[in-house]
Amino acid sequence: MPEGIQLMFDIKDLYQEVIVDHNRSPRNFGKLDDADTTLEGFNPLCGDKLTLYLKTDGKKINDIAFDGSGCAISVASASLMTDAMKGMSLDEAEILFNEFHNLVTTDDDYDAESLGKLAALAGVKDYPARVKCASLCWHTLHSALQGDHTPVKTE
Amino acid sequence: MNNSNTAKTITNTSAPFDVDRFRKDFPILNEQVHGKPLVYLDNAATAQKPKQVIETIDAYYRETNSNIHRGVHTLSEKATVIYEKARGKVKEFINAASTKEIVFVRGATEGINLVAQSFGRNTLKAGDEIIITELEHHSNIVPWQILSEQTGATLKYIPINDAGELILEEYEKLLSDKTRIVAVGHISNALGTINPIKNIIDKAHAVGAKVIVDGAQAVPHTRVDVKDLDCDFYVFSGHKLFGPTGIGVLYGKEAILESMPPYQGGGDMIQMVTMEKSTYNALPYKFEAGTPHIAGVIGLGAAIDYVSELGLEAAAQYEIELLDYASEQASQVPGLNFVGTAKSKTSILSFTLDGIHPHDIGTILDGEGVAIRAGHHCAMPVMERFNIPATARASFAFYNTRQEVDALIQAIDKCQKVFN
Repeated sequence: MPEGIQLMFDIKDLYQEVIVDHNRSPRNFGKLDDADTTLEGFNPLCGDKLTLYLKTDGKKINDIAFDGSGCAISVASASLMTDAMKGMSLDEAEILFNEFHNLVTTDDDYDAESLGKLAALAGVKDYPARVKCASLCWHTLHSALQGDHTPVKTE
Repeated sequence: MNNSNTAKTITNTSAPFDVDRFRKDFPILNEQVHGKPLVYLDNAATAQKPKQVIETIDAYYRETNSNIHRGVHTLSEKATVIYEKARGKVKEFINAASTKEIVFVRGATEGINLVAQSFGRNTLKAGDEIIITELEHHSNIVPWQILSEQTGATLKYIPINDAGELILEEYEKLLSDKTRIVAVGHISNALGTINPIKNIIDKAHAVGAKVIVDGAQAVPHTRVDVKDLDCDFYVFSGHKLFGPTGIGVLYGKEAILESMPPYQGGGDMIQMVTMEKSTYNALPYKFEAGTPHIAGVIGLGAAIDYVSELGLEAAAQYEIELLDYASEQASQVPGLNFVGTAKSKTSILSFTLDGIHPHDIGTILDGEGVAIRAGHHCAMPVMERFNIPATARASFAFYNTRQEVDALIQAIDKCQKVFN
C-alpha cells in the first residue's frame, strides 16, 4: 500500500464470524488417547502453547486433535486446520500447508474453494505480528508429519 | 484503588498540572493510527520524546559531532564538554555524591549485567546467596541465574501476595549471613507495584549484603535519591525517561566501583597499554570501554533537563490521579479483572478480560488507535504466579489525559462486542 493512503480499517476483517465461532467452540479440542504422534508448539513471544495429536497410517491422517491455550487467532486456526486435515492424505496435507502459508504471508491469489473456511484467516496477512499466531499449529503439524520430534517454536 | 501511600512523598502543587501545554512538546502525539488519534498507553515499554530531546540530538549531529576524550580539535573538546555535562546532570538528578559514581551503559539491562559480572563474579563463591523477587523483569532475573551457574551461588526469590506486593516477612526469613546480593526492582513493570526499597536496603545491609535497585520503571515517576536510599547500585534506562534508546545509567558507590575489575576492555578505559599488561583508567571511565553513545548521553541530559523543568513531583501526582480515574472506569467494565492491586502503585493498569486473550485485546485496541502492551511483559514468573499466560497493560505518562482513558475504555467495549 502506498504511503500516505489511509487504510480503510475494519477489525472485523480479521475477527470474522467463523474465527470468533471457532475460538469460542474449538473443534477437535482435547487429547487423542490413541495418538501415534504428539508434538508441542510454542510461541515464546505471546505464550501461545498447543499440543497436536495425530493418528496416521503413513498415507493418511486418520484422526487429529489439539489442546492448549492461545489467542483467538491461534485457537481458531488450529480448530479450522484440524477440521480440514481429518481424513486427508499426507500429500494433500502438504499441498494445503503450502496454500495456507501463501494465504497468510503473501498477496498472491488463493484458491478459495480448496481452502474452504480457512480463507477466513486471509485477514491475518495485514497484521504481521499475528501471522505467527495463525501459523503455529501449521508448523507444528508440518514438523510432526516430517517425523521431527523437537517442539516447534515460532521464534 | 487506594494510592495514598504513594501520594505521601509528593508535594502538592497549587496550580493544576497543565497537561495540554506539555503535550505540545511531543510531536508524535499528533500522529494518527488507523485513521484515529494515537492514544499512547505503552509508556512502560518506552516513553515518547519531547522536541527538546529530539532537537538536542539533531543539533549535536549537525553542529558538534566528534569523538570525545581524545581529540585536541575544537569539536572534540565541545563534544567532551557536553558529554561530561550530561554526567553532571545525572549525578544531580539522582543525588549521587560524585560524577565518578555515574557510569554510562546501554540501558538498565547492561547495568545489571555489569554488576553481576564485575562485582558478583569476583566476590561470590559456592554457598553464597543472591536474593531477588518474583516481581522482577527478566533483566533482573537472568543475569543472576547466569552468575549463580558461574559461581555456585544460590538464587532465592521473595514471593508476592495476591495483590502483587512483596511479602516482607518472607524476605526477612531469606536473609542470612550467606546473603551477598539483593537485587530488586523499584517499581514493577508488569503490575506497577512500588516496592519498599529503603526498608529492603536497610535489612540487606544489616546482614552485610549489597543491594542493586532496578529503577527502569521508577525514574520517570518518582524522585530518586540514591544517598537517602543508601543503595549500593541503581540502574535505569534513558528511553523510559523520555530520552533516547541505547543509553542508560549505572550508579554505584565509589568505593565499591573502585574495588571492581573492568567489565569490558577497550579504548578509553585504560591509562597505559603495553604488550604485556594494561593499567586501567579512573572512575567512571574504567567501565566505559570504546566510543560511547555520545548523542545518547547528550539526549539523556536534555531529557533530564526536561523532566526537571516539568517538575517530577507534580507530574507524579497527576499520574496517580489519572491511574485512579482509569482504575475507577475499568472497574465498571463487566468481565474485566485487575492484575496487580498493590496499595502502593503507580502508572500501570494490568488487566485481563474474561474469554478474550490479551493478544486479541492488543490488536483490537490498536484498531482504535490505542497502543498498549499485551503479553508477559518480560516477567514470566509474575504471570505464573497469577496463573495467566499474559495480561493487557495500559501504562501512563504525564502527557496522557482523561479523554485518552475514556478512549481506552471505549476500545475495551469494542473488544467485547467483537467477541460476543
